[in-house]
Amino acid sequence: MTTHLTDPAPARRLGTRARTALTVAAVVLLAGSTAGYALHAGNRATGQQAGADASFALAGPALYFRDSATGRVAHQALTATAGGADRATGGPACDRFHAAGGTALCLRAEPGVLPKTYAVVLDRQLREVSRTVVPGVPTRARVSASGQMLAWTVFATGDSYSATGFSTRTAVLDRRTGYLVKSLEEIPLTMDGVRYHSPDVNYWGVSFARDDSRFYATVSTKGRTYLVEGNMSDWSARTLRENVECPSLSPDNTRVAFKKKVSDDPAAPWRLYVLDLRTMVETPLAETRNVDDQAAWTDDGTVAYALPDAEGRASDVWTVPADGTGAPRLSVAGGSSPVVVADAADAQ
Amino acid sequence: MYLATTGRRAAPVPPPTTGAGRRVPAAVLALGTVSLVTDVSSEMVSAVLPLYLVLGLGLSPLQFGFLDGLMGGAGAVVRLLGGHLADRGHRYKHVAGIGYAVSACSRLGLLLAGGATVGIAASLAADRVGKGIRTAPRDALITLSSPPEDLGRSFGVHRAMDTTGALLGPLAAFALLWATAGAYDAVFVASFCAGLLGVLLLVLYVPGHHRPAAVPGPAPSRGKAFAALRDPAFRRILWAAALLGGATIGDAFVYLLLQRRLGLDPSWFPLLPLGAAAGYLLLAVPVGRIADRVGRRLPFLYGHLALLGAYLVLLAPAGGPAPLLLAAVLALLGVFYAATDGVLMALAGPVLPAGGRGGGLAVLQTGQALARMLAAAGFGAAWTVWGPRPALWGATAVLLAALAGGWALLPRDPGGPGDPAPGSAPAERAESSTSEKSTS
Repeated sequence: MTTHLTDPAPARRLGTRARTALTVAAVVLLAGSTAGYALHAGNRATGQQAGADASFALAGPALYFRDSATGRVAHQALTATAGGADRATGGPACDRFHAAGGTALCLRAEPGVLPKTYAVVLDRQLREVSRTVVPGVPTRARVSASGQMLAWTVFATGDSYSATGFSTRTAVLDRRTGYLVKSLEEIPLTMDGVRYHSPDVNYWGVSFARDDSRFYATVSTKGRTYLVEGNMSDWSARTLRENVECPSLSPDNTRVAFKKKVSDDPAAPWRLYVLDLRTMVETPLAETRNVDDQAAWTDDGTVAYALPDAEGRASDVWTVPADGTGAPRLSVAGGSSPVVVADAADAQ
Repeated sequence: MYLATTGRRAAPVPPPTTGAGRRVPAAVLALGTVSLVTDVSSEMVSAVLPLYLVLGLGLSPLQFGFLDGLMGGAGAVVRLLGGHLADRGHRYKHVAGIGYAVSACSRLGLLLAGGATVGIAASLAADRVGKGIRTAPRDALITLSSPPEDLGRSFGVHRAMDTTGALLGPLAAFALLWATAGAYDAVFVASFCAGLLGVLLLVLYVPGHHRPAAVPGPAPSRGKAFAALRDPAFRRILWAAALLGGATIGDAFVYLLLQRRLGLDPSWFPLLPLGAAAGYLLLAVPVGRIADRVGRRLPFLYGHLALLGAYLVLLAPAGGPAPLLLAAVLALLGVFYAATDGVLMALAGPVLPAGGRGGGLAVLQTGQALARMLAAAGFGAAWTVWGPRPALWGATAVLLAALAGGWALLPRDPGGPGDPAPGSAPAERAESSTSEKSTS
């Protein structure tokens, strides 16, 4: 009853055969280009292996970091310059790395048809002790000074309101008991003295105190972020102040370094600050660039952090005095996840 | 996949026959193939983007969440513009082709941007713009290439092929990442090549000329993006779609509720959308055929009834085996999409004048999308204030009310079967007799 609306032979300039030939040629060309590029890229990336070389271990004092070029953990002397002449590579392949007290934590995303992220616990020789499958994209890793408490944060992509929004999931592992808190979100939170309930609380960036129980972290809810002081033994947490992210406790446990949101510009919102826990005075550090990293104290007077390099990749490690004086210094070109491993005798 | 299509296309094409057993119009198969290849291309990138941003570049994804919100608004504007431009001079194929090409080239932008934030943001924006531009002209092409009485099936076939691409894309991307030990640039190159192939298939196999002759009755509403709004039947469809869209809380929430309800391990989370998509894929064609037989109004309403069912299953008192609950919710979601997505286009297409399909469908899609955004935001707020269960009870009540409203609003089967001379048929007939104009 109704005739076809359009001429059934479209694109009449070419005959059927010509179109078929063109399509086949395009497929061969495009598939060939893809395969060729993939081979090239695959060859470029080989040499990455998951485990550490036998000779590579946690032996301080040295600055350990993730080497951007290889994706593996490397170390250099604390006094080394950024050039990397004395850089020793050969550690495990990790996306985020931290180590203390003879224990290392390596977050590693392994691509595959079903990609998986692992939180791998390593001993002093960087041999694998245990591994946990983690849902999400690695972002923060911390080991307590004793090496007994471990915390990691991943971006979980699935459980946000909007498809492209991210939320975080933070887990804590107590190596003494083997008990794993899969999500810190369950901890009872007190805000301004009142017990706080909201389904949208998100934790990230845990930093442990020396007693292996007290910790600092970021909590985010309803679009605001707070500095939280928590306690693993009595399982409680309370907010200390607003607008703080990714706290990092100094080795003497008196100060907290963090990034603070200072601008609404989405390209450069954060700046590094140090908060004195006794006086509650905040000091902006001499680093004025946008820092989106959880700082790591290299000693009681200095913090290290990753910054994008000139090409926009987050791959250089800088250090700056923790008292607001001085100037940032490039410490590792092509590196991230900085952590100072003290002398082996320091470990408890 | 495309080779099979090509083979079929290469056979001498008989004029479409009437009655049962008609073939899906070649143009619809061609558009479906284009969508399949393009969706492989775009879903490859979407799947690896979080990994790439955070691990490859060390960027803060929260910053991109912010940019993404801005782009969502821009996307709606671009969609209206795309539909409007396509109607002017009936350049459906051209405008859709530009949209596909912009999206394909955006992968090249990702590749060339390296780690530069601005370049990445611009590439992602270009992808959105391309998607916004092409959607309405593409759906208009489907309505123009298909006999009105087969529209449901045509959209079903198209959406099934589209979803197949969406399912294959992430698999291809992760396989490629695995094979290249994490080379994101290889994924972008593959995505770019697939995108180019999609554009080429569109150019070669999709007919581009739909010029109506002088249509008797009201002059075709050329050049007026909102002209369709003057048509009472279209207005009722738009209001019904917006009303029901405003009662749709969004998949993300459904999955989140499901995960909480079952205490599902978060590592399973990414598989939930795949389950619903598989249901959609399987049901799109049969539901489309049913819609052609019984009229599109009822499937559209029953589809929302399936969504209501999903809410109720989530609200049902605890108990029962978890896999059963999971399967029920995912299946109901699949039914919901199969019975509403393409069916709505099939419902609205015949109502619109042939010269205003692009603009009209764009208005409809944008209206529905805005309503759904509001619904998701409202549900999020309700969840925060009252908690998940009361919020879901609220959503159920709202959906029931919207269903009643939709029932009253939706016109009875415009252009449906059993109506030998549907309202818009003169336009279709006139168009079908139009002689071919020269290629521009």
